[in-house]
Amino acid sequence: MSELFYNAVPNATRVAPPLAQPREYPHEKPQKVYLFGTCVVDLFYPEAGMDAIHLLEREGICVDYPQGQSCCGQPAYTSGYTDQARQVARAQLALFAGDYPVVVPSGSCAGMLREHYVDLFKDEPDTLKQVQALAARTYELAEFLLFVCKVQLNDSGTPVKVALHTSCSARREMNTHLHGRELLAQLRNVERVDHSHESECCGFGGTFSVRMPDISGAMVADKTRALQESGAHQVLSADCGCLMNINGALEKQQAALRGQHLASFLWQRTGGER
Amino acid sequence: MNAAALIPTVDVSEDFRTRAHQALGDAQLRNNFRNAMDSLMSKRAASFSDAHEREHLRALGNAVRARALSKLPDLLEQLEANLTRNGVTVHWAETVEEANAIVLSIIRRREATQVIKGKSMVSEEMEMNHVLATQGIECLESDMGEFIVQLDHEKPSHIIMPAIHKNASQVASLFHEKLGVEYTKDVDQLIQIGRRVLREKFFEADIGVSGVNFAVAETGTLLLVENEGNGRMSTTVPPVHIAVTGIEKVVENLRDVVPLLSLLTRSALGQPITTYVNMISGPRKPDELDGPEEVHLVLLDNGRSQAFADSELRQTLNCIRCGACMNHCPVYTRIGGHAYGEVYPGPIGKIITPHMVGLAKVPDHPSASSLCGACGEVCPVKIPIPALLRRLREENVKAPDSPHPVMRGQGSKYSRQERFIWNAWAKLHSSPTLYRVFTFAATRLRALVPSNVGPWTQNHSAPKPAARSLHDLAREHLAKQGAR
Repeated sequence: MSELFYNAVPNATRVAPPLAQPREYPHEKPQKVYLFGTCVVDLFYPEAGMDAIHLLEREGICVDYPQGQSCCGQPAYTSGYTDQARQVARAQLALFAGDYPVVVPSGSCAGMLREHYVDLFKDEPDTLKQVQALAARTYELAEFLLFVCKVQLNDSGTPVKVALHTSCSARREMNTHLHGRELLAQLRNVERVDHSHESECCGFGGTFSVRMPDISGAMVADKTRALQESGAHQVLSADCGCLMNINGALEKQQAALRGQHLASFLWQRTGGER
Repeated sequence: MNAAALIPTVDVSEDFRTRAHQALGDAQLRNNFRNAMDSLMSKRAASFSDAHEREHLRALGNAVRARALSKLPDLLEQLEANLTRNGVTVHWAETVEEANAIVLSIIRRREATQVIKGKSMVSEEMEMNHVLATQGIECLESDMGEFIVQLDHEKPSHIIMPAIHKNASQVASLFHEKLGVEYTKDVDQLIQIGRRVLREKFFEADIGVSGVNFAVAETGTLLLVENEGNGRMSTTVPPVHIAVTGIEKVVENLRDVVPLLSLLTRSALGQPITTYVNMISGPRKPDELDGPEEVHLVLLDNGRSQAFADSELRQTLNCIRCGACMNHCPVYTRIGGHAYGEVYPGPIGKIITPHMVGLAKVPDHPSASSLCGACGEVCPVKIPIPALLRRLREENVKAPDSPHPVMRGQGSKYSRQERFIWNAWAKLHSSPTLYRVFTFAATRLRALVPSNVGPWTQNHSAPKPAARSLHDLAREHLAKQGAR
């Protein structure tokens, strides 16, 4: 139908720009990658970071974990403290300077590196080039396993039903929301069940959860109810911010259900040991 | 019906958080919104079944709006010239007070006492019903939803479905109580009741007021979409038609309207087109049988030029008022439209209201979002709403006396204490040594995390750091790998 409009408006400036092309992936697996662990994984879900390392190493990739790394700067950035976010972002930039992929076990932190560093450094031409190069080689973990490693997972676990919660950044910023599903589909004894309002935010939103606890609480209450009603034995997510929110709420409600990082689940299901 | 009975008496004395808290506790309201928004989301999705077509159309809509805004001053002058040539009187108003004074002066000149109004959000900005009522002039809403909220002394809770917060039985009780009709929950019967009341009013009214969806500069045409026919009645039956609109509604030519119209009706209600598309290009001509004797257009600024002045914030003015952002917003769905306390609720309200009333009057608006991005994803003209919310947060925490302010009420959330905390946070996360000490302490002292950690523990158990950080575990593991 849109062609109709183009014919009606032949003037070049009136024609819609072509849509963004889907991301192109390298044909060869790299020998080495950086892991950007993220601050939430570092302190609250370190096992998810380790399982990401194990998964990557099993694909024959050497993982570099720069010890100077901390946080992508997102909490300050989304709170409007742009200078403070830039200061933290700048400190990370120097640590990931090598020309090999940066793999991030979190959609929202990967989104920060890929989409928002460009905004943070838009007034610094030299840094901007560095940031654009970094953005081009930043991958969310599920995306990297699927399209760069072309991973083949061999399920060794007993039958289980899981619900997958995809973070809003993974869904809308990184367009990686189907990747987790594709990985799970490789596991023959794992049944992924849908839950109601699956595409809706869990209510975390970083500082939103403490600035607006009433609204955030209503959102996570609905999300945890939907997850429990889905019949899943376990919740999975590739974002530890969402997991902290969902698990914290489930624990407060004294529910039996819990969430786990996708990397940990994949590693455990495929015979990985810790 | 006397004029005073039509004054809205919504209580907005509390702050946003209190209103939101109250709304969250109202199960009926929550249920009404959840059901209504679910239905609207699926209607929109069905009408854009081809994702490729949808994305091309959104890109086109964005380009059309961006081009119109890039030449806004010129287009407004062209619009004025062409409307004037068509016999429409054009008025300019910088503030809502000026706009009301213009409307009142027309009413006084015509010695009018009854006004019938089609749906117009700009007239809500002006609080026209209230202003006219205080002058003893009856201003009756003719859109069914607006009629319902007006009867109940309320304000719209949604920009295109003003009474969406009410279900059929609530409307049935309202009509029974206020119009003295027999109680019925039958929606068709309810509509017929409203219709009978309004039908008479259309013929009695001295003045018809309407909004405008698109003002076409090249032809001097005012485009108005609606589904009930009340817009056509309001603009053609009374002897005077006054259209009120914001200065951003101008588009270059009629061809530009085609994609915007399709985006508007499909995004709003999932309709391929509205039942009525009115194209108004002037008063009744000598050889014509009907139409108003006079047509006026009031072009209102009310803070829009402030948004226009900043290239990023200008994108706010792309908006074609479809309401899709609120239909898809998890916050709006839970608290409803009234909790926002302003004319425009939901995501678009959060980014446009600060320009109209100043950030200081709505200090919590930019923060009331998880930045989930659902609004930006569905916006038919691709307004980057989450990015603009973040930008407003930045303006909100600036020192109030920072130089070159871009908006009124800048720094309404400025706090030296909070700034100090973020400075410390930045220092901690940009110094590897400090960060290592911090994570060492947090993991080793994890048993000391109190069970009550402010607002977090309102909804969650207390967060407990892991026994060892990823830094520690990875260092140990990678050292072993290296040694092998």
